[in-house]
Amino acid sequence: MNSEQQYIDLYKQARDIIFQHSAKVMNDVRDEAFSHFCKQKFPTKKVERYKYTDIAPLFAPDYGLNLKRLDIKVNPYDVFRCDVPNLSSSLYFVVNDQFYTTTLPKVDLPEGMIVTSLKQAAILHPELVARHYGKIAPSAHDAVTALNTMLAQDGLFVYVPRNTRANRTVQVINILKSEVSMMVNRRVLIVLEEGAEVKLLFCDHSADDHDFLTTQVTEAYVADNASLELYCMEETHARNNRVSNVYVSQQANSRVQHHVITLHNGITRNMLNLTLQGEGAECQCNGCVIADKQQHVDNNTLIDHQAAHCTSHELYKYVLSQSATGAFAGRVLVREGAQKTVSEERNQNLCTTREARMYTQPVLEIYADDVKCSHGSTVGQLNDAALFYMRQRGISEKEAMLLLESAFINEVVDQITLEPLRDRLRYLVEKRFRGELSKCEGCKLCK
Amino acid sequence: MLEVRNLHARIGDKEILKGINLTIGDGETHAIMGPNGSGKSTLSAVLVGNPLYEVTEGEAWFNGKDLLAMKPEERAHEGLFLSFQYPIEIPGVSMTNFLKAAVNEKRKSQGQPEIKASDFIKLMNEKRAFVELDSKFTRRSVNEGFSGGEKKRNEIFQMAMLEPKLAILDETDSGLDVDAMRIVAEGVNKLRTPDNSRIVITHYDRLLEMIRPEVVHVLYQGRIVKTGGPELATIIQQQGYDWIKKENHE
Repeated sequence: MNSEQQYIDLYKQARDIIFQHSAKVMNDVRDEAFSHFCKQKFPTKKVERYKYTDIAPLFAPDYGLNLKRLDIKVNPYDVFRCDVPNLSSSLYFVVNDQFYTTTLPKVDLPEGMIVTSLKQAAILHPELVARHYGKIAPSAHDAVTALNTMLAQDGLFVYVPRNTRANRTVQVINILKSEVSMMVNRRVLIVLEEGAEVKLLFCDHSADDHDFLTTQVTEAYVADNASLELYCMEETHARNNRVSNVYVSQQANSRVQHHVITLHNGITRNMLNLTLQGEGAECQCNGCVIADKQQHVDNNTLIDHQAAHCTSHELYKYVLSQSATGAFAGRVLVREGAQKTVSEERNQNLCTTREARMYTQPVLEIYADDVKCSHGSTVGQLNDAALFYMRQRGISEKEAMLLLESAFINEVVDQITLEPLRDRLRYLVEKRFRGELSKCEGCKLCK
Repeated sequence: MLEVRNLHARIGDKEILKGINLTIGDGETHAIMGPNGSGKSTLSAVLVGNPLYEVTEGEAWFNGKDLLAMKPEERAHEGLFLSFQYPIEIPGVSMTNFLKAAVNEKRKSQGQPEIKASDFIKLMNEKRAFVELDSKFTRRSVNEGFSGGEKKRNEIFQMAMLEPKLAILDETDSGLDVDAMRIVAEGVNKLRTPDNSRIVITHYDRLLEMIRPEVVHVLYQGRIVKTGGPELATIIQQQGYDWIKKENHE
């Protein structure tokens, strides 16, 4: 049996249960997603955008799914480690794909702003959710998105009304917790109306040493003059595989910062599809990856310049050691008519061992004739001259390597405008390089 | 302090040092001069353990310890310091973090606890003044975007922070204007004690007039071919190296 068949069977058998435990707006697009999934199957490595990660085997095991939405008992405060000191945040927890509703400190949000369970939102504000749900992330083009759309029953909804600014960062802690190996299909919908501003920080953690497979589809609609800062940090463990597809639609003069930080994981594939639809939109998409052992991290991005006068910047940096593999494939597409586009794409990587492998493929595709675009990538080792200089000053080789690796990654960290997060990340990066970070609560695997 | 005997070294297949003998006592300052390519920088690199060079013969003793058996960082902990001819830029590593690591690793090697943050800042401020570097500079990345003069002053600043027993100054005067050279020379002189020693590698006697070595050596084709007092530097400045080359080809 191929990997997809079990999901096709599952959907046919459990369709009623899935529908029953979700909401109409989410159910409305399910059957269509199912038919797209049946047509597409899981992409092989022959499919261009999936050539660096063989995802079908990730979906092959027989995972448990919580389709009946049983409450999984967990106290988020027990497993919560992602404290960012000095960050004045509105804190929310999502356990697996379920919004955690009990015993939260009261959070004051600006009037009209909504942060809640996606299922709840789909029931309470169906027209708001239906306007964008499944539209920014079309099921027709990606099997994982199709699968997520057909199986996702809940997740997170963030809505910021017109000209409203959320002063506090919205921090969402995704916790993976289960007694058995489990598949989680999480869905996130972010809607920013005209002139709205919000900062979102997602931290992925795991509270168990079981095998997890997470698919996550994030849709973000950023209206005219709105500003979204989206930080995604993954700090899980070696038996944790994640396939994340982020879709962003940017309207005129909107600004988006997207930072994806992978500190610890198993196999991760992050896809970003960002579309600059309105004139004068700007985006900064960054990523940093620290991987060792057998970890695999693949960032695949598409920045689609559809309108004139837009700006995009991409900076992705990897430090790979032991037998880790990394991949970066970034395509910048400048469409006809997207004149005065300014685009810069840079990917730089350090391989500290002979066994570490990095695949990098920056692609620039331009159909307009008045643009300023650059792209480039490097793969290299630590600078021997710098290492020796530091050793001459009495710094041991190990410590010198650590300083150089941290410095390399910190170029990305330093671009984070959220100051407390930046400081915290600098600290976490150093701990990670010292090997002190891979100790998850209750997780004996990565010690 | 330092006792070098019959030291031979090569880089790749090329033999550069062909039997160096050099003895430096406590509190002494020695100058090493010599034409380009004579092996001056190689000698300093070999003494501090640069892995690009291979020692093929000979020995070097540093305060009774076998220098060549030690890792570069261990040599530094023992009190050996090199002011690099071309200081390396290290983007992303601030001077503060760099020096804190250097100071603490040395303390660790001596069984001392890490330096207190307040003491460290005090120490940095005090030593900065030696070479007239302003406070902004400690937040900058190591040597990144520094002017030639700043890089060399930074080397002396690091020397002041680490208080080595033996400092090797490899063409610290090259590329410096008159004022920067004065600052560097004064910095070096202020750090002088009866216990610490210096090797000054240079082409010019101007720096030597300010630092005033007791002994001047001339290195030629991988050997020390002449040793004398400060007057030797003056002769070289006036006459060049031709007479030394001739002597050695006869």
